[in-house]
Amino acid sequence: MSTPNGTVREITYGEAVREAIVEEMRRDPTVFMIGEDIGAAGNVFKILTGLQAEFGADRVIDSPISESGIAGIGVGAAMTGMRPIVEIMFGDFTTFVMDQMTNQAAKTHYMSGGKLRVPMVLRTTMGAGRASAAQHSQSLHAWLSHVPGMKVALPATPRDAKGLLKSAIRDDNPVAIFEDKMMYSVTGPVEEEEFLIPLGQAEIKRPGRDITIVATSSMVQETLTAAERLAGIGLEAEVVDPRTMVPLDTDTLVESAKRTSRAMVVDEGCERYGVTGELASVIADGAFYYLDAPVRRLGAMNVPVPFAPSLEEQTIPNADGIFETARALCSAA
Amino acid sequence: MSVMTSSQDVEHWLYLYEQMYRIRCFEEVSDNLYTRGLIPGITHLYIGEEAVAVGVCSVLRDDDWITSTHRGHGHCLAKGADVGRMFAELMGRATGYCGGKGGSMHIADQDTGNLGANGIVGGSTAIVAGAGLSAKLRGTDEVAVAFFGDGALGQGQLYESMNMAALWKLPVLYVCENNHYGEYTPNDQTIAGEILDRARAFGIPSREVDGQDIREVSRVAGEAVAAARRGDGPSFLQCTTYRYRGHHVGDVDRPYRTQAEEEEWQATRDPLRNLAAWLETEFDVGSEVVEQLEAEVRTAVDDSAAKALEEPIPEASEVTTHVYA
Repeated sequence: MSTPNGTVREITYGEAVREAIVEEMRRDPTVFMIGEDIGAAGNVFKILTGLQAEFGADRVIDSPISESGIAGIGVGAAMTGMRPIVEIMFGDFTTFVMDQMTNQAAKTHYMSGGKLRVPMVLRTTMGAGRASAAQHSQSLHAWLSHVPGMKVALPATPRDAKGLLKSAIRDDNPVAIFEDKMMYSVTGPVEEEEFLIPLGQAEIKRPGRDITIVATSSMVQETLTAAERLAGIGLEAEVVDPRTMVPLDTDTLVESAKRTSRAMVVDEGCERYGVTGELASVIADGAFYYLDAPVRRLGAMNVPVPFAPSLEEQTIPNADGIFETARALCSAA
Repeated sequence: MSVMTSSQDVEHWLYLYEQMYRIRCFEEVSDNLYTRGLIPGITHLYIGEEAVAVGVCSVLRDDDWITSTHRGHGHCLAKGADVGRMFAELMGRATGYCGGKGGSMHIADQDTGNLGANGIVGGSTAIVAGAGLSAKLRGTDEVAVAFFGDGALGQGQLYESMNMAALWKLPVLYVCENNHYGEYTPNDQTIAGEILDRARAFGIPSREVDGQDIREVSRVAGEAVAAARRGDGPSFLQCTTYRYRGHHVGDVDRPYRTQAEEEEWQATRDPLRNLAAWLETEFDVGSEVVEQLEAEVRTAVDDSAAKALEEPIPEASEVTTHVYA
């Protein structure tokens, strides 16, 4: 994992998101936020406390519960010179914004022959694990990743959360950022000094020679845990985090798989038609003649996320499953 | 397109007549070109509704914004679009407003404050609130106007937009073009209650306007735009109008309405004929003046269409440009 430069602090993922927003709002008066409960409440996960106090109710706008409407407001404001950050409280509610994102935001630049731009950020969450049941736990990033014109980021660490969000805010395209809600309180090293992480640059979170494991969002940590255990049995896993689904750094994924000759992909979206399919296909196409075994993928079970914690925990990939799958893959001829 | 003349002057109304007539010619020529296979896809004609677009846009400035609909040619032209580049876009040519990538339903032109026609019914009703919010946040007195049909009254997003525009006093004008049909269905089958009550529920000042009378449209729109500009928040206009043609160019038999109804609107409530009659009564403008003006406009529109047909199609490589900015 890349080491931050300069003065490093340990901050939470939530604090990293907040820092990115604060820095960009101070830097650029056209940046503003709109979302539900982001004012005095400081957002439902309490990561934006004090934001409205600093920037005022005009730039940190507490909206009605109208996801479709605020996404549309973001599109219109972005077309006319602003850089809105639209917060959708739970990723499950992105269902309401699909028309605005897919038919308006993602297509406007193309349909207008390059005249109009939609520099907006859609921040939302993903991930199960809070016993929040089927309508507050989904990971729907594959949906927007499918739409040409959208960029999609899945930060896995506090540093990535800050650096990717700052780049997204400065990007002239609509960018959706999916933050795993289970990671808001996770800490990690982030430098004091300003930095950006470009969209479309994967990061090798752990180097290794025996197998490439491509992992996204919270699955990166699960995979790193599994990698430590694999090391215990003599297998060195290379953990590659694409960080953005679109644009996708195919070179880093393919080159890693060529080096290790084995690859698997882990993501918290449902496995069927999920991003694991695309990532595995990219590796299979690019590294076919170097691979000693078919690319494996691990996604969430193809079921609605159940409420009971005992059931819920079965549905998403974890370090145990990643370890077993990787070990089996490495034993394959 | 901002109009600098005064509504007291005959030139003002002759200019608006010319604009309405240009839209009608544009649509008639488009219909003809479509029928001859020279315009691909489908096209939704604005014929009959010209007074709404021209009347509303006559009270806007160049730096005000509009959002439009699938039936958007009239709005685009009224806000200042060039006829030739419009035709080129309809024909999918490289010199069209969108380089041939948008077509009839997606003409956008930031230079004239046109945020785009829209293929999604109601799709721009929230975008307009975003433009209004942006105008306010940027500290301008720009106004954002949404044109939408009665069909969009069925879309929930309109109500989310009106709620927020009212809450935050956004400089927005909602212009509902009630042409009585949502696509192929009479709207007495789709709209419960009174249309104006829907906007009034949000505390938005709402007016019904004879959309065939450009003098009334521009007067009422002028008041609403002035209110928005001075910070009094949004207004809602229901402009009663009529779509002379079908939902789109291919909708020719129209079993959902009677020919008698169509003929009556055209005979008694045509926005062009009514303005011409008023110009004659009020300013003694003779038919020869109007005919001369019409002939000039028609020739110019015909010429623009002929030129557009000679324009190049896009380079094949254009398919992958502008996906991302």
